[in-house]
Amino acid sequence: MLLRHTPNEIKERSALTINPAKTCQPIGAMYAALGIHKCLPHSHGSQGCYAYHRSTLTRHYKEPVMAATSAFTEGASVFGGQANLLQSINNIFSVYEPDVIAVHTTCLSETIGDDIPQIIAKARDEGKIPAGKYVIHANTPSYVGTHVTGFANMVKGMVDYFAEANGHKEQWINIIPGYVEPCDMEEIKRLTKELGVPSIMFPDTSEVLNGPQTGKFHMFPAGGVTTADLMRTGAAVGTVALGRLASGPAARALDTKCKVPCEILDLPIGLKATDIFIDTLRQIAGVTVPDAINLERGRLLDVITDMHQYFYGRKVALAGDPDQLISLTQFLVDLDMWPIHIVTGTPGKKFETRIKEITRESPYPVNVRAGGDMFLLHQWIRNERVDLMLGNTYMKYIARDEDIPLVRYGFPILDRIGHSYFPTVGYRGGLRLLEKILDALLDRKDRDAPEESFELVM
Amino acid sequence: MEPAIFEERQEQIHRKGQQPFEMACNKESLAGAVSQRACVFCGSRVVLYPIADALHLVHGPIGCAAYTWDIRGALSSGPELHRLSFSTDLQEKDVIFGGETKLYQALTELIDRHHPQAAFVYSTCIVGIIGDDLEGVCRKVSREKGIPVLPVQSEGFKGNKRAGYNAACQAMFRLVGTGDTAGISPKSLNILGDFNLAGEIWIIRDYFQRMGLEVVANITGDGRVDDLRRAHGAALNVVQCSGATMDLAIMMKEIYGTPYIRVSYFGVEDMAESLYSVARFFNDPEMLHRTRELVREELSLLQPQLQVYQRVLSGKKAAIYVGGAFKAFSLVKAFRLLGMKVVLVGSQTGTPEDYQELHDITDEGTIIVDDSNPLELSAFLKEQDVDIFVGGVKERPIAYKLGVGFCDHNHERKEALEGFIGMLNFAREVHNTVMSPIWQFMPRRRGKSISKGVSG
Repeated sequence: MLLRHTPNEIKERSALTINPAKTCQPIGAMYAALGIHKCLPHSHGSQGCYAYHRSTLTRHYKEPVMAATSAFTEGASVFGGQANLLQSINNIFSVYEPDVIAVHTTCLSETIGDDIPQIIAKARDEGKIPAGKYVIHANTPSYVGTHVTGFANMVKGMVDYFAEANGHKEQWINIIPGYVEPCDMEEIKRLTKELGVPSIMFPDTSEVLNGPQTGKFHMFPAGGVTTADLMRTGAAVGTVALGRLASGPAARALDTKCKVPCEILDLPIGLKATDIFIDTLRQIAGVTVPDAINLERGRLLDVITDMHQYFYGRKVALAGDPDQLISLTQFLVDLDMWPIHIVTGTPGKKFETRIKEITRESPYPVNVRAGGDMFLLHQWIRNERVDLMLGNTYMKYIARDEDIPLVRYGFPILDRIGHSYFPTVGYRGGLRLLEKILDALLDRKDRDAPEESFELVM
Repeated sequence: MEPAIFEERQEQIHRKGQQPFEMACNKESLAGAVSQRACVFCGSRVVLYPIADALHLVHGPIGCAAYTWDIRGALSSGPELHRLSFSTDLQEKDVIFGGETKLYQALTELIDRHHPQAAFVYSTCIVGIIGDDLEGVCRKVSREKGIPVLPVQSEGFKGNKRAGYNAACQAMFRLVGTGDTAGISPKSLNILGDFNLAGEIWIIRDYFQRMGLEVVANITGDGRVDDLRRAHGAALNVVQCSGATMDLAIMMKEIYGTPYIRVSYFGVEDMAESLYSVARFFNDPEMLHRTRELVREELSLLQPQLQVYQRVLSGKKAAIYVGGAFKAFSLVKAFRLLGMKVVLVGSQTGTPEDYQELHDITDEGTIIVDDSNPLELSAFLKEQDVDIFVGGVKERPIAYKLGVGFCDHNHERKEALEGFIGMLNFAREVHNTVMSPIWQFMPRRRGKSISKGVSG
C-alpha cells in the first residue's frame, strides 16, 4: 500500500501540497513553443529546470525534446541573466539555426528581475538576431499559476510578437487548439478541413511530438505553425479558441491587437462540446456541415446508445487540467455517469462554479477543488468510493491501493502509449474515450464476476 | 558528415590517438547549448531520495517537487514514504514575504502525521534568492519534534549535479555519528553510492554477507535513517559511483577515521575486484577464501550463459553517454567482455582524472566527450554506425529516431545490472536490443542482411 499514509480525515492544508495535480508554468510554455515550426524553446533559468521539462516531456511523448537554457550560475543570479541570455541567443542562432527562439522565464530569473524584452532588444541592436529570425518571450514565474498558465502565456506571446493586422479581413479563421495532445491538434485541423474552412492553427505540436521514425534525428521536426502563418493570424475573420484557460488569453489578445473577434469555447471533448465547436465553425465560415462529419457524429451516438446500460449511475473521480475536466465532466454527465470527485491543481473559482453547474442534478454530493492535489482526491475517494477514475499516470497509486479501474488521461502519462497518436477530441475522439471507459469497466466486471454470472455476451 | 559542434566545445571532445590527451571538463555549460545536464537540486534529490523512512520536503514552487516525484525506481524493502511528493508550493506572496512560516507549518504537519525518522528539506533556486533561513526553521522544528530536520542547500543555480551531491553528503553527514554503534562487528562496512535501482543493493548486500561481513548502512538505496546515524561504527566505507557519495566518505574519514575504497559492482571484472579489494582490506584469509569461493561459484553459473551472448555480440559497436564517468569505466570493460567495441564514451560531469582513465582504457579512435548535446551525440552515433547506445531518459529517443538499439543505464533501468547476475542481465538486454529484428525496418539497415540473435 504505497499510499497507506493517506488518512480518511480531511484537514484543510494551507502550507503544503502533497502529490500535486499540476506542475509549474515553464513546462507549459515549452510545450506551446514546440508547436512553432523550427522553434527552439529557451529556458531562462538554471539548468535543472529545462532538464526536468525535457525529461518529463520525453517520458510523456517518447520523442526527443529540444530546448536550450541560459544555464544560470551563482554569478548570473547575483548580477542578472542578461549576459547569459545574450550569449545563448548568439550561440543558438549560429549553431542550431532555428527560425524562432521562444524564451520563457523561471522563478529564478523573474525574482532577480530580468527584463526579457529589453534583453531581446539589445540582442537585436547588437546584431545577434539574424534577418528573418525571431526571439519571442513569455513571463512564466513558477510561483504563479501552473503549467496551464504557462502554456496560455506562451500562446499569447505568439500573438504579441507575430500577429499583424493588414487593414482588411481575409477568409481564414484562427484556431487555438488548447493544451491538448499533438494528435488532438491534428484532429482539430482535420475537422476544420473537412468542413471546408481555411484556417491557421497555433500552436501545432503535431509532427513535432508524434513524429515518425525516419532513421534521422531532426533537431527541428516537420511540424509546427510557421512564423508567416502566425503573422497572418492578425488578418483572420475570426478566432475560435478551445479551452478558456489555455487559449482564452491569446484569443483576447488577438482581438485587442488586431480586432479579430473571437469565440472562446470548451475543448471539443464529448458530444455536446464537439457539436458546439462544429456549429461555431459552420457559422463563422458560412459553410454547411458535410455528410462525412455527420457520419462520425452518428457513429458516436450509435455507440452511446448501444452501450448506455453500462454507463448508468457509475461514480467517477477525475484529476487533471480545468479545460479538459470541464468537457470531460459534461461528457460523463451526458452519458448518465456521475463525476463526484473532481480535482485540478490549477487555481480558479470559475472552474468550481462551472463543475457545480454541470453536476447540479447529481444524486450524490459533488466534491470539486481548484488548487487541490491528489492527496485530497484520494481522501475523498476513501470517504466515498467510485467505480472509475480518469487522470494521469500518478493516479495509478490510488487505483492500485483502492482497486479502482483507471483510464489514463491528461499529463503526464509515463507508462502507456496512445495519447499522442489517438485523439480524444471530436466525435472520433469521443468514440475512443468511450472505448477506453468501457474497456476499463467491462474488464473489471469480467474480473470480479463469480463464475456462474461470468458472461460471454456484454 | 561533419558533426555540428560549438567551437568553444572543441576542448571537450577528443578522438583517441589524434593528439596528446587533454580534456577540458567540469566547466559550466555553454549558455544556449542543449546540454544534457541538470542542476544542484537534481543531484541532491537523486542521492537522498532513496532514504525511505525519512520525510523529503521540497521547499520551492511546485515544479521541483512535481518533476522528481517517484521518477527513480529506488526500491525499499519497507517504508514507502519517499515515494510521495511533498512541496511547500511557494506562491507569489511567499516570494515577496518569505516562505519560512509556510515551511514551518508544512514540516510540523507532515512530521505529526507521518512520524518520520528524520526530515530532509531541500532548498531550491528561489529559496536561495529570497533568503529564507532554512537552517533556522529546521533547527526550530527539530527541537520541537525531537527528530533530525536537515536542510539540504541545493539551490539549483549553484552549479551542476556534482554540487548537489555535495549538498546531500553535507546533510547526511549531520546524521552520521548520532547513533549507538554498540554491537557492530569489526568486520563491517557501509555501502555508499548505490541507490537500489531494480533491487541492486540487495544483490550486493548478499555478496558481502556471504563473505562474512556486516552491512551497517545502505547509503542510500533502501536506506534508513537509524543506519546512517550509526554508520561511523562500520570498519570500512565502500564507495561506488562517480562522486555522488564520495564527499561523505571523505568527511567520514576525516572526522571518524573510517577508511574508504572505491568500487564498482558493474561488470564481471570490476565486481570481482571490488569484493577482493574489500577482502584484502580486512586481511582475513578465511574471508579471502570465502570471497574466492563466491566469485568462482557465481562465475561458473554466469559464464556458460554469457558465452551464448558473446558469440552473437562480438564485434558490435557501442556508444556510452552517462551522468558520472565512473559508470562509464565499468561499461567500457563490460562491453569488452562481450567482445564489443566502444566507439564513443562521455559523461555529463566527469573530472580530469576520470577522462584520463577513460582515455587509458579505451581503444584507439574512440571518441571521448564531456557535457555533450543531442546534435553532437546523434552526429557521432551516425558517423560511427553504432549498434547500441547506453544513456538515460533524454538519450533514449535520440537513439530510437536513428534506429539504434538502446539500454537505459540510469533511473529507468528495470533489470538489475549490478553484480554477476547483473552482467548477465546486461548482456541479455544488450543482446535483445542489438539483435532485435525491428532494425531491419530502419532506413540505415535497409538492404543489409540481419544476423539472428539467441532465442529464449
